[in-house]
Amino acid sequence: MQLAPARLHRSLRHPWTLGVLGVAVVVLLWFLISNSGVVDKLFLPSPQAVWAAGQNQWSSGLLLKDAIASIQRVFIGFAMSAGLALPIGIVMGTNVIICRLLEPLMALIRYMPAPAFIPLLIIYFGLEELPKVLLIFIGTFFFNTLMIMDAVKFVPHELVETARTLGGRGLPILTRVVAPYIAPQVLDTYRINMASAWNLVIVAELVAASEGLGKRISLSQRFLRTDEIFVGLIVIGLIGLAIDLGFRFLMRRACSWAN
Amino acid sequence: MPIQLQVSNVCKSFGHGPQAKLVLDQVSFDLQGGQFLALVGSSGSGKSTVMRLIAGLDRPSSGTITLDGQAVRGPGFDRGMVFQKYSLYPWLTAAQNVAFGMELQQRSRQDIRERTAYFLEVVGLADAGRLFPRELSGGMQQRIAIARALAAEPKVLLLDEPFGALDIQIRESMQEFLHGLWRQTGLTALLITHDLEEALLLAGQVHIMAPSPGRIVRSVTVELDRRDMAQLRLSPLFLELRENLAQSLRSLEPAGRR
Ligand SMILES: Nc1ncnc2c1ncn2[C@@H]1O[C@H](COP(=O)(O)OP(=O)(O)OP(=O)(O)O)[C@@H](O)[C@H]1O
Ligand SMILES: [Mg+2]
Repeated sequence: MQLAPARLHRSLRHPWTLGVLGVAVVVLLWFLISNSGVVDKLFLPSPQAVWAAGQNQWSSGLLLKDAIASIQRVFIGFAMSAGLALPIGIVMGTNVIICRLLEPLMALIRYMPAPAFIPLLIIYFGLEELPKVLLIFIGTFFFNTLMIMDAVKFVPHELVETARTLGGRGLPILTRVVAPYIAPQVLDTYRINMASAWNLVIVAELVAASEGLGKRISLSQRFLRTDEIFVGLIVIGLIGLAIDLGFRFLMRRACSWAN
Repeated sequence: MPIQLQVSNVCKSFGHGPQAKLVLDQVSFDLQGGQFLALVGSSGSGKSTVMRLIAGLDRPSSGTITLDGQAVRGPGFDRGMVFQKYSLYPWLTAAQNVAFGMELQQRSRQDIRERTAYFLEVVGLADAGRLFPRELSGGMQQRIAIARALAAEPKVLLLDEPFGALDIQIRESMQEFLHGLWRQTGLTALLITHDLEEALLLAGQVHIMAPSPGRIVRSVTVELDRRDMAQLRLSPLFLELRENLAQSLRSLEPAGRR
């Protein structure tokens, strides 16, 4: 009798407890409302129905195929964006002239909503993979670059100057001082902008695609399959969350000094 | 002892045209091998600027700086520097920080290992090698920064208010530590401080700088028995010397700041 409240108290303090509780409450409400018959099943399918639809899509192989298609697009587009943003952001952060040349341009493009490029991309590149990957690139490259540039600009002068008075110059300063200092911020930048990449792939697939989680959702809409739309939404959310947690994990492992 | 570092008629201004501001006006002094010299002055008198010029991090507007007869053209490991702000690399352990300069110099691995251990020992932190900077107190961090500078084998050690951010007790013990280090290693050192007591306790020669524009207004040679520093701080002779110089420092401050 004495033990139970203490244990309850301890588990309540675990950082995830309340988060899990929040999800559980929403699922419970969803279960109660959808099964009470107050709302039309067409609008609000029950959790059981969504689970069944999910199992259906899984066993038919559709779900996996769609997920892989979407993940692949995100991965290619974001890898291009991240890989190119790193050197360009570093150069902009260290070289005033290049920064003055490129920053206004990038700041301008950054505020153009990436989905607005879809019509152009379709005209230029058709309906295949390239325009989707490019959309993700356009939507994240400028943010990645400018955020990395800022990280480089905020490397404390003392750290760079100490290296110079110890005989360092040029490339070794970049690899041994700047790179490790900005590593945590770069990972965090990638984590944040990955969320937009994930948004954009769905948008691109809603517009035109033969497969992908976004495509599945828009097909389901055509057949009024709200249960399948729910499956799509939940899977998209879970994959995004997994990627986010992956980045956080990587950051904790690789940059423990920064916490 | 031969002259090692020579600063002659150095002027420095920042900015261009009508906005140009003269920060150093005809600063000259010599530093002999093994000497400990201090620059004292109020905030804005250009002390750090002098240091940065010697380190090669900035260029003088006119005048010359030579080290062993060679003109200073840029930063190099022959002039080690310790900053006021903690400047250890937070992602490296204390030992890795000490090794950092030697790695940039591409010394042999064995050499680096031995010298790292040796200089950790010298600064009294042989057991702290595996700790990260955030696990070290401010005083320990500065000692590691000093070890890192010394391990790169500089001809001159430049210290820009190295204890400025430490509280008073730790500061006093760091002063004793630095004095001991100087006697033990015979290093050539240039210390910047705005603490007159610190300068008199540590340096054989003290140059007093005044602001607007920064210049040396007075130089004193200090000959004191420093074996018992705690005693020295309180001895009448020392206090009198300090008060005497403090007065001349005060008379230099611009009227509005008094
Ligand atoms: N990069 C710079 N650009 C413009 N002005 C500068 C620059 N560096 C220093 N100054 C000016 O030069 C003057 C002297 O600065 P300096 O940092 O050398 O003084 P200091 O004696 O070290 O002062 P403190 O005790 O506050 O460290 C100050 O008025 C400062 O504003
Ligand atoms: Mg200063």
